[in-house]
Amino acid sequence: MRLTDEEQAMLAGEFGEPRRWAMTHQIQVGEFFDAADLVPIAQAHIMADTESLGPAGVEFLERLACHAPAQRRVRVPTITDPRGLDFASYRRLKQTEAMATIEQRTIDAFTALGVLMTNTCINYQTVLPPVRGEHLAMGDTGVVIYSNSVFGARSNFEGGPSALAAGLTGRTPRYGFHLAAQRRGTRYFVVRDSPRDLTAWGALGAIIGRRTNGYWEVPVIDGIDRAPDSDALKHFGAAMASFGSVALFHMPGITPEFATAQDAFDGPPPAADLLTRDDIDSFITEFAATGDAVDVVVFSAPQLSLMEIARIATLLDGQIICPTTTVIVSTSPEVKSAADRLGLTARIEAAGAIVTQGVCFYQSYAREMAEANGWHRLMSNSAKLVNIISGYGYRPTLSNMEHCVESAIAGRIV
Amino acid sequence: MPTILRCHVGVGPRVVGIALVADDNFSARYDLDRHRGIFSRPGHQLEGQSYVDRILVLKTAKGGVATAWMLHDMAARRLVPKALLFNRVNPILAQGAAFANVALVDRFDGDVTRLIETGQELEVCPAEGIVTIRR
Repeated sequence: MRLTDEEQAMLAGEFGEPRRWAMTHQIQVGEFFDAADLVPIAQAHIMADTESLGPAGVEFLERLACHAPAQRRVRVPTITDPRGLDFASYRRLKQTEAMATIEQRTIDAFTALGVLMTNTCINYQTVLPPVRGEHLAMGDTGVVIYSNSVFGARSNFEGGPSALAAGLTGRTPRYGFHLAAQRRGTRYFVVRDSPRDLTAWGALGAIIGRRTNGYWEVPVIDGIDRAPDSDALKHFGAAMASFGSVALFHMPGITPEFATAQDAFDGPPPAADLLTRDDIDSFITEFAATGDAVDVVVFSAPQLSLMEIARIATLLDGQIICPTTTVIVSTSPEVKSAADRLGLTARIEAAGAIVTQGVCFYQSYAREMAEANGWHRLMSNSAKLVNIISGYGYRPTLSNMEHCVESAIAGRIV
Repeated sequence: MPTILRCHVGVGPRVVGIALVADDNFSARYDLDRHRGIFSRPGHQLEGQSYVDRILVLKTAKGGVATAWMLHDMAARRLVPKALLFNRVNPILAQGAAFANVALVDRFDGDVTRLIETGQELEVCPAEGIVTIRR
């Protein structure tokens, strides 16, 4: 890879050990993907929940944090994905003191590195939205696909170590979706029936993800009859990334890079893969378990916007959740603060639900929570969550927000 | 007579081990019980099987970014595959393997899940982009 004089100096350790490690790591990854050089970035976003980090990851962060401030502090704004534990609610969820301790050690290390603990996977809705053409190093697949697709920014999936390295050097290897040629369409989908709720948007994203099934593919989606709102695109993109490892889609006329499907491809579009309401309904039915007792209902993955929180508050007004069912609503610290101020949190918790902030269910020791609370059947309106959570021993059911709330009140899936 | 397979230059050390092959994909978060060292996702072709010290041969990476940290933690606890061979990986697996110093290669001439069979002994040389089927 071509390196500037400054990058050579970082590699030689002239800017300290943290930046030497970071540059070494970025060159390894860049050479794996045949990157020609490094590209300056505007922001980095680090996924580093403590379940993923493990003790070894935390100790790695603590070693970096021991260096002098001039050597250890990030060079560009660097923020965090959801954490593994919310200190305000972890005991209610039967998470342990050991989990809280390792969480605090991680926060201390990141803070010493100059990282802003935003603890969110909806930073594009709540912190600093990306800009078209801006190069980024985003962790969290949902953040990457939204930043690339809806804003036209440029990021690869950056795992925690790589996002931290990008924060320390202010650069990332120029490969994949940093390159215009990689952003052209490769698959073509035509939607006959546009989704009408967030769950259906997630299901549509999941179906396209399954059929696309590859990071280096770029689906182009036609036929959407009106501009979806930000929450719809959030669920759509997060599910597509989860089911297919997809990092970029185009929705010509809605997303910014291409006005028509013809523009999105090198040459004429390939044969269209048609998607109907039956496809969406069939996908949701895969997870059906009507009549089963429901142990935990989760609204998360991605964290909820203020609008989603307000909708849940309205659905729960005057209701009491079944005592044998736990309801968890997860959002970012910014949205939680607004929900508190607007009285939404109080309305939700009056029904018996738990509103958590700065965490996301599957990043919060999901297996240990299941064992401690005796949870098996999980219900959610998030296609992304039901995809992830079965590996943690849950039996997931997917349904829309209204059915999830009705089921939580009944204590069984309606 | 050893069979030599060529692939893109990878990351991590040269290793020798026994192959565990499936026509399926991989995510450390989605598919593994990392405490027990087995595939735990219902429906995964390797469900219930141990991945520890095996050379995993799979199609591609799927899902989220957690694998980047998880491989590092799995390596520290010595509950980690010996190497990872894929048709093509996403950045997360490459970043994770580089960080954890786990051998990883991809981009073979052909479908690697058909070129290698479970139980074969492999030598993986990431620096040269060569996998040798020894027996």
